[in-house]
Amino acid sequence: MEMIQNSLQKLQEENVQLELHIFNTSRKETNKGRPCRTINFKPKEKSYNLKKQKSINKTINSSTKNIVKNTKKTKTVKARTTTTRKTDVKKSNNNKTKFHQLSITCDVDTLRTLIRKKSVRVVDVRRHDDYKKGHIPTAVSLPLATVLANDTPEGIIKILQNLGISNLMPVVIYDDTFGALAARVAWTFQYVGHTNTALLEVTFSKWKSIGLEVERKINKFSATKHSISLNNNIHADASYVENISILPKQDLQNNVEIDLHVNSNTVQSKSPDISITNPLNNKIIIDSRERLNFLTEHIPTAKNIPYTMLGTDTSILREGKELKRFMENRGISPDSEIITYCGSVGTLSGLAYYAFKLAGFNNVRLYSKSFKDWKSLGKPKQEFKEANYWDLSAE
Amino acid sequence: MKKIIKKNYSIHKNVLVKRNSSQITKSHNPKWGMEIETKNFANKVKLYRQGKISDDDFRRYRLQHGAYGSRLNTEYSMIRIKIPGGEINPEQLEKIANLSEAFSIGSAHVSTRQNIQLHWVQLEDVSEVMRGLVEVGLTSRESCGNTVRNVMCSHFAGVCTDESYDVSPYAKAIARFFLRNPMCQNLPRKFKINFACCSKHGLASIADIGLIPVIKEDGNRGFRIYLGGGLGAASFIGHLLEDFTPEDKLLATCMATIRLFDRFGNRENLARNRMRYLVHETGWEKFQKMVIKERTVVAVTTSELTRIQYEYRKENESSLLSSIKISPISEKKLKLPVLNDDGNNTTESKHQGFKRWFNTNVVSQKQLGYYTIFITLGAGDITSNQLRFLANIIRDFSQEHTARNTPQQNIAIRYVEGKDLFNLYQKLTTIGLANPGALSIASPVGCSGTTSCNLAITNSHRLAKEIQKKLLELRYDTDEDLKSSTIKISGCPNSCGQHEIATIGFFGGASRIGTSMAPVYTMLLGGNSDEKGELGKTLIRVPAKKVIDVVLKIIELYKQEKHEIQNIEQDPKLPFNNLENWISDISKGIGNGKIKNLDDIKNLLIPVIQLATIEESPDSYQDYGNDTKFTAKTARGECAA
Repeated sequence: MEMIQNSLQKLQEENVQLELHIFNTSRKETNKGRPCRTINFKPKEKSYNLKKQKSINKTINSSTKNIVKNTKKTKTVKARTTTTRKTDVKKSNNNKTKFHQLSITCDVDTLRTLIRKKSVRVVDVRRHDDYKKGHIPTAVSLPLATVLANDTPEGIIKILQNLGISNLMPVVIYDDTFGALAARVAWTFQYVGHTNTALLEVTFSKWKSIGLEVERKINKFSATKHSISLNNNIHADASYVENISILPKQDLQNNVEIDLHVNSNTVQSKSPDISITNPLNNKIIIDSRERLNFLTEHIPTAKNIPYTMLGTDTSILREGKELKRFMENRGISPDSEIITYCGSVGTLSGLAYYAFKLAGFNNVRLYSKSFKDWKSLGKPKQEFKEANYWDLSAE
Repeated sequence: MKKIIKKNYSIHKNVLVKRNSSQITKSHNPKWGMEIETKNFANKVKLYRQGKISDDDFRRYRLQHGAYGSRLNTEYSMIRIKIPGGEINPEQLEKIANLSEAFSIGSAHVSTRQNIQLHWVQLEDVSEVMRGLVEVGLTSRESCGNTVRNVMCSHFAGVCTDESYDVSPYAKAIARFFLRNPMCQNLPRKFKINFACCSKHGLASIADIGLIPVIKEDGNRGFRIYLGGGLGAASFIGHLLEDFTPEDKLLATCMATIRLFDRFGNRENLARNRMRYLVHETGWEKFQKMVIKERTVVAVTTSELTRIQYEYRKENESSLLSSIKISPISEKKLKLPVLNDDGNNTTESKHQGFKRWFNTNVVSQKQLGYYTIFITLGAGDITSNQLRFLANIIRDFSQEHTARNTPQQNIAIRYVEGKDLFNLYQKLTTIGLANPGALSIASPVGCSGTTSCNLAITNSHRLAKEIQKKLLELRYDTDEDLKSSTIKISGCPNSCGQHEIATIGFFGGASRIGTSMAPVYTMLLGGNSDEKGELGKTLIRVPAKKVIDVVLKIIELYKQEKHEIQNIEQDPKLPFNNLENWISDISKGIGNGKIKNLDDIKNLLIPVIQLATIEESPDSYQDYGNDTKFTAKTARGECAA
């Protein structure tokens, strides 16, 4: 509990902004009565803590059940990944140069096995003080803020080297912020060429509440070499996004009202799939902020999949088949190219990036500088001002 | 912080222990939902998006499943979750919390007809929400469209000191009988059934069918049934069908009424197709005879196959209350329970807060030692975190392990033991759910207005919250004279905010003031929702930003008159004993003070509603929640399919 609080505090200190209005709305009214849309991580927000608290309690109380569940899940995860995986683990035992190949997420049992075999680098991206109070065994500390402060390929490679991570070493990353911070760091590693990176399926609170091992020792590993190999096809910048965010002229002018005046008896294509309305087909921009932020303003043509849809009480991401169904419902086909973005630094959209991966999408990019960058560049926005939806949120 | 952890932990542990030891604490699944409907809905959305279904057909389909189009934006829906009889269990509250967080806006909204609404859900996610609802036995089916809408039941049913018997199982059985029933899938218009517990609670006079339970001298159960009531652009109070309708004729009476409505209701004119217009145009005596005659036909022709679809005895099998004995009590007002004064952690100020809350949020039940407590919401809004918290509160404090949502947009938790009240209150304060005023003037009703509704002209939702804030600030919830009065606000003339039955009611509109358009509310005075019912009388149009001033002025005028009368007479016997009566008399033109009638009060209020010019005060011409020029924008309503 304190840890959540502290990490949130730290996040605020470091001015990391996230879009969490459900838990953390600091919905300020300007003197003219319009809600201010900058949403900060607000550490003293009770409701957030309570929610987390609740899930923690749930975990404590159903720990035994969950362990059983986890074992079950492990099986399905294993089935999902390559069949050679088991032998991989064995091999890595015998031959230290051959590493276990991780999937998108790593379940608790797999991580524990890897830790026992000393063939994984566990990365804790919470604030350093939280790390010192206890972390997953063998984990090294790499606060998200450090990554953001060194967010160049060279800077990240240096970080990898200092953490003793060699080219093929499995890296499992965790946080205590429903996976969003871990996702941003994992994506960054993969972007600079460390592909063997996975997200721990659970948060640290969850790990602890199940009663799994926690240590307080500060782990240091001797520096190693890591080569750089930029994975440009998972990254998007503003100009890349701008090229696919062009609405047909008429749409932009009339915004969303276009639908209202269509003769209701004629059958018209109502497809939300921009492949139909957008000539640059099959490229879809996904906004992973919460609904009200999205309604207020977003990148033209973007679709909203709030990060809140992606996880559950027990896991940072839902099962792939469920995520796949969400995308299918929206008419987004798996061969589409997806570009995710969120409010400022690519954390929520980082989680969305992995959600799409888990749903079976191969072509996914993260617009890591996200909407903050977009706005600072003065790019066009789509707004919806016809309703007072902010007045619905209870405070 | 650590303390909280421990507390919550033990609470949860408790529940877990209980759950393991017996099935009792696991809520009964009422099975209103059907999984197949969720899959069908997802497929229909896909077909619609592919252009294979017309707009009209899809809208009808969507409404039948409880997804209402959002304001000026067809990409989003409002999902109206039916809570039949208002009964909702902790698992359902938790599920709604999760669904809102995942697919809506992280808060839910209690409606004035015991639904819970999730707003701004993407159309493509509606099937996912429905899927979640089915898991906990809920449905949104037939909560919109030309159907029998959510069947309401007084939240006091079963605990009301004035009731003859508990109608809850009847309400649920009727709801179950008509849900998905072929006879009411395409009525001329929506159809509303309200079950009351007594002549005061339950809105029986303003429904298509309103029912009040009565027991005859011979001990037989039955109802006083009111037909053809309803609020809207033209409102009517229901007509009493007969002195006594025995319970075994309940189903036939309801079926007969719906059949007549289906057969003779107006399907052409959208503005006049509710049953109340049919009753009005047919004439009550004639309609009454038609119902009685049709009932006979229904009774002799209904097959056993149909009859067994209605089984009220089955509806309360899940009740946990068999062990609680009803102790009839003569005094309606019970004593305040003794406060647990241990002096350590209960400071004086906490007690003050508790007393204030107790005064307007706690009602003693007919079961001796048990209380119904009310959670005061702001125009029905509650966050996901609060819902989860409430779920545990219900598990820990309510002997029936369920709650009821109320037409006043609050939540009632019943069967709380007196000794637990203070503890319960303290817990509620930790999450912002301990506001006082639930059963006072300080709990205004506000429909969703321009926050999500296509028909709305004004932001009635925000206005209700603003009034609540002001009245609580002025501590008007503590004023006994104001307690029985109500304030209800709709964002358009369509009465979702039930403004006609408020002591002070408002409905939104737009008006040219000077050179500019401004949001205005038409004010009505003197309505009430008793068995006899009284519709408020239209008084004046008030600019939105002057509504609070007008409410405060009315209260001030009341206090002035009371004061004057008290000053004149040594031992005053007031001709009115509270604001509600005072307004009621004035609305009938029989005021006892200086203010005799509506014209008198109107003249005194006119100075309050004057606006400065738009140049001097541009804000006065804007609606709440907007900083731009006011324009009245609406789109086609979806009330009718």
